[in-house]
Amino acid sequence: MSEAIQPDVTIDSRGATCPGPLMDLIGKVKKADAGTVLELRTTDSSSSHDVPEWVEKAGHELLDVVEHDEEGYWSIYIEKTE
Amino acid sequence: MTERIVIVGGGTGGTVLANRLTDDLTAEIDAGEVEITLVNDTPEQTYKPVFLYVAFGRKELAEARRPIADLIDTDRVNLLVDRVTALDTGAKRLSLEDGGGIGYDQLVLATGANLAPEEVPGLVEGGHHFYGPEGAEELRDALAGFEAGHLVLSVIGVPHMCPAAPVEFVLMADAWFRERGLREDVEITYTYPIQRAHGIQSVADWATDLFEERDINLETFFNPEAIDPGTKVIETMEGESLEYDLLVAIPPHAGSGLVTEAGLGDDGWVAVDRHTLEATAEGADGVYAIGDVADVPTSKAGSVAHYEAGTVAERIASRVRGQVPTATFDGKTICFIESGMDEATFVEFGYGDQPVVREPSKLLHWGKLAYNESYWLTARGLL
Repeated sequence: MSEAIQPDVTIDSRGATCPGPLMDLIGKVKKADAGTVLELRTTDSSSSHDVPEWVEKAGHELLDVVEHDEEGYWSIYIEKTE
Repeated sequence: MTERIVIVGGGTGGTVLANRLTDDLTAEIDAGEVEITLVNDTPEQTYKPVFLYVAFGRKELAEARRPIADLIDTDRVNLLVDRVTALDTGAKRLSLEDGGGIGYDQLVLATGANLAPEEVPGLVEGGHHFYGPEGAEELRDALAGFEAGHLVLSVIGVPHMCPAAPVEFVLMADAWFRERGLREDVEITYTYPIQRAHGIQSVADWATDLFEERDINLETFFNPEAIDPGTKVIETMEGESLEYDLLVAIPPHAGSGLVTEAGLGDDGWVAVDRHTLEATAEGADGVYAIGDVADVPTSKAGSVAHYEAGTVAERIASRVRGQVPTATFDGKTICFIESGMDEATFVEFGYGDQPVVREPSKLLHWGKLAYNESYWLTARGLL
């Protein structure tokens, strides 16, 4: 299912510690139009909790969280709403 | 044939790099085998950490500025005061505002970060900041006349320069209003975009405890998308509103349009290998980026620009000598953090590290002030 998601914007935050993948995502979401699908790539395990928490608070849609075991990172897909 | 090395940007990264290169390649420069040019759009360098103190009336802007010609060896570096308007990585050529252009064999972009407060409607009219010279002076005047009400420090722009400064600002403001007997009449709120008080967990934990101890409100997951200067209300992406009397914002930052137009990275930040600092865009051979303009996963801080300059100087010098470059950057970052008007702490970390926040002390506060005074030795490559 998730393999079918084609993001409009990919944010590669792998290896990021500061300011952090979530901050990278927020910066991109701010500039994106409604309906934009964003993929956040992160090696920070806490992102799999933090990002969905913010997405819910900000009212956007969490499409999927995919763990890439072999490569050691997560892809978090969200869609910006109005 | 002469190897042409061009540095764009005369801030911390650019001047440290120019000095490291003249040290490493003195013989080659004197023999005419290497030519170094530093291009900056003004003849002066501005040391931005001074702005925080300007806002509290503790320093003057004049202390933040020095002529670049005094910081580099102008016998061995061509200092060009001009603005680069275009970069062609295929032709390895820069276009200049005053006409003409210059070619390069190795190019280092050290153009820093720019403020973009206009990205948030109402912020220019409704908010103050201390991230530029005029802003710091205007904030100083606003703070001097602010004796009661709600002071809000809102971190809006991510990423932004000097990630410690917003925490420092509210801790200093708390102490400053207490010293002046006004703290009971001033409510202070600090807002941050993510779920904690700072991007670095240990700094967030430390700041959260201090905020509670010092009666500073903390709002997280708070991303302003509009300011109403008339009603003095901040509206956020999360659907919240916050009233203020004096808003101090960390404005959105932008990289360089030159970078985007040259296809070197999104949003004006240069996509680089985080260890070699070489641009990763296809066809961008011989292009490096250091300092705030380089998109690496650590802070946009002067210490980072300083250490990155050392790495790039070694890599360039190796290439000039026909050697394989082996120097790499490990993300080393050092930040002093003021925790009041007369105490500070200090963190040091590399890529992936979680720094330990030391107990604040007067000694570290004096250490920060002493470093700020001696900064010009760093720019000259001596410290």
